[in-house]
Amino acid sequence: MSHLVELTDVYKIYQMGDTEVRALDGISMNIDRGEFVAIVGSSGSGKSTCMNIIGCLDVPTSGSYKLNGKEISNYTSDELAEVRNKMLGFVFQQYNLIPKLTVLENVGLPLLYGGCSESEQRERAMVALQRVGLGDKAKNLPSQLSGGQQQRVSIARALAGNPSVILADEPTGALDSKTGKDVMKFLQQLHREGNTIILITHDNSIAARASRVVRVTDGRIVYDGPVEGDKLVYEQASAGRDEEGEA
Amino acid sequence: MGLGKSFTMAISSIVNNKVRSLLTMLGIIIGIAAVIILVSVMNGLTAEVEKVFSEFGTTSLTTTIQHRPNIEVTPEELYEFTDKNPGLFNGVSPNITVSGDFKTPASGDDTVTVRANGVSEDYYNIQKLQLSFGRFISYMDCENKSNVAVIGSFQALEYFGSSSAAIGKTVRLNGIPYTVIGVLEEEDDSTESSSDNAMYIPYTTAMKVTGTGVVSSYVVNAASDEVVSSAKDSLESWLLETVGDDDYYSVTSLQVIVDAMVDMMGKMEMVLIAIAGISLLVGGIGIMNIQLVSVSERTREIGIRKSLGAKHRHIMTQFVMESGVVSCIGGIIGIVLGSVSAITFGNLLKMAVSPSVDAVIIAFGVSVAIGVVFGFLPARKAARLNPIDALRNE
Repeated sequence: MSHLVELTDVYKIYQMGDTEVRALDGISMNIDRGEFVAIVGSSGSGKSTCMNIIGCLDVPTSGSYKLNGKEISNYTSDELAEVRNKMLGFVFQQYNLIPKLTVLENVGLPLLYGGCSESEQRERAMVALQRVGLGDKAKNLPSQLSGGQQQRVSIARALAGNPSVILADEPTGALDSKTGKDVMKFLQQLHREGNTIILITHDNSIAARASRVVRVTDGRIVYDGPVEGDKLVYEQASAGRDEEGEA
Repeated sequence: MGLGKSFTMAISSIVNNKVRSLLTMLGIIIGIAAVIILVSVMNGLTAEVEKVFSEFGTTSLTTTIQHRPNIEVTPEELYEFTDKNPGLFNGVSPNITVSGDFKTPASGDDTVTVRANGVSEDYYNIQKLQLSFGRFISYMDCENKSNVAVIGSFQALEYFGSSSAAIGKTVRLNGIPYTVIGVLEEEDDSTESSSDNAMYIPYTTAMKVTGTGVVSSYVVNAASDEVVSSAKDSLESWLLETVGDDDYYSVTSLQVIVDAMVDMMGKMEMVLIAIAGISLLVGGIGIMNIQLVSVSERTREIGIRKSLGAKHRHIMTQFVMESGVVSCIGGIIGIVLGSVSAITFGNLLKMAVSPSVDAVIIAFGVSVAIGVVFGFLPARKAARLNPIDALRNE
């Protein structure tokens, strides 16, 4: 059986005037079903580009990306939208809830674009909300919720469409450390329930919650393996250089 | 995602931005209201013109024939022709004008100038005359060349005090006595300069007193408004055949003049609508402008929607629906406003003005079309946004 996510020799090259910027410089990695992977890197390392490609928000300049066995690097924008809708659930740093819509409507959005009937949208969105413990906030607007609650709503939205992969982009970045930990605990719980989670972060302590770490530097993978191994890489790296001054 | 859902989304977006939506609609409201007012008032005016002219008898064809030696059209020939075509004609009357001094035994030397018409019994129906007392000229009066007259209410009131008192009295025109057999109902204000200063005598009598042997002027009545122009054609071709040269006769119809006027007013209406259409164009550009602003303001929302799987058409539908609904609501407000103004205007002008159903339907259609057409460009801009850039937008 093929891997769920299969990146082979992926390049993403931007042309900035005369200079060529290699955001991704030949990345290959496989992620299987049920894994909890943290893609770690400092800003500008290429981890966000990596997440955009895995998240089907962008296509690689060259190389192959197979999601669930299907080559999607040459998909049209509408086909990519379809893949995002059916296979992927996003959790963003800024929650990215639509302020004018109620919590329930926000959670139901992927189902709306997936073509579910209105009653099915409400039903499944409610189930997802109850899963994150916010069933009683369904009629509220996002602005009436705390940051942690909003992030849980966005997790509910990611879960509502029953995706194959949950992509969390700095999910704790806008939260204080306690709520951040709660959110991470919740992601770990989702992992234990069998979900595939890809976490993108610059924070090693957050990355440590995952079961596998992929460290990206200058568009290349410098480490791919269990968490314990990365700490070693990290300590070695920080001994030589000071710029990654994280806790 | 169905259109119904897009519609409710559009409505809630409009409700969330009430003032902006209203300002966006303003151009459409003014444009549609202007068109409705113009169409209604022009329709009212046209109806008014037709009504005024129909009182003069739009079915009558005024026919003049210039006679030449050996070529003449007698009243009998014309009667015979029109009787053969009952579908086209329903009456003929010669019309011989006799101008002269009008006098009564009581008036002494004081005279007024009267234009008397020598006519047949058909004239009464052709011109839709109304009598207040007595009777009109009869067939027998014409046969006998009787000296009888039907006078207007001016003469009756001026010389006999009342309409009823004039019956049976004698009046003189150029010294020739006539017995009054009927008095017309007052049409205007019974003064000398009004249409109530009138006198009708049998055409045969008129021929006798003027010494003319042939009748050169007729009023031929078409059977209905619908057949006026075919009646005119038929009469003209018959005259061409009889008289032989189209320089020697003419047939004029009031209906043809009315048609020309209505046609001209129709063209004027089109010009006015075109001018009002400019404000609709401006309104459409206003919608486009606001929608473009709305798209840039909601770039992040568009990015979120796209990241969750919204396709090109979903975003297109959302924004086109929004501009369409805004324009449509503007159109409805414009129709109501325009109709109310048109009716008020009509009351002020004492004219029956009401917006036509056609105009309302077309106005509604146009406002929807404007919303869709001018909303298309901003919607496409929204749908084409790159989700990554859109999400990054603050």
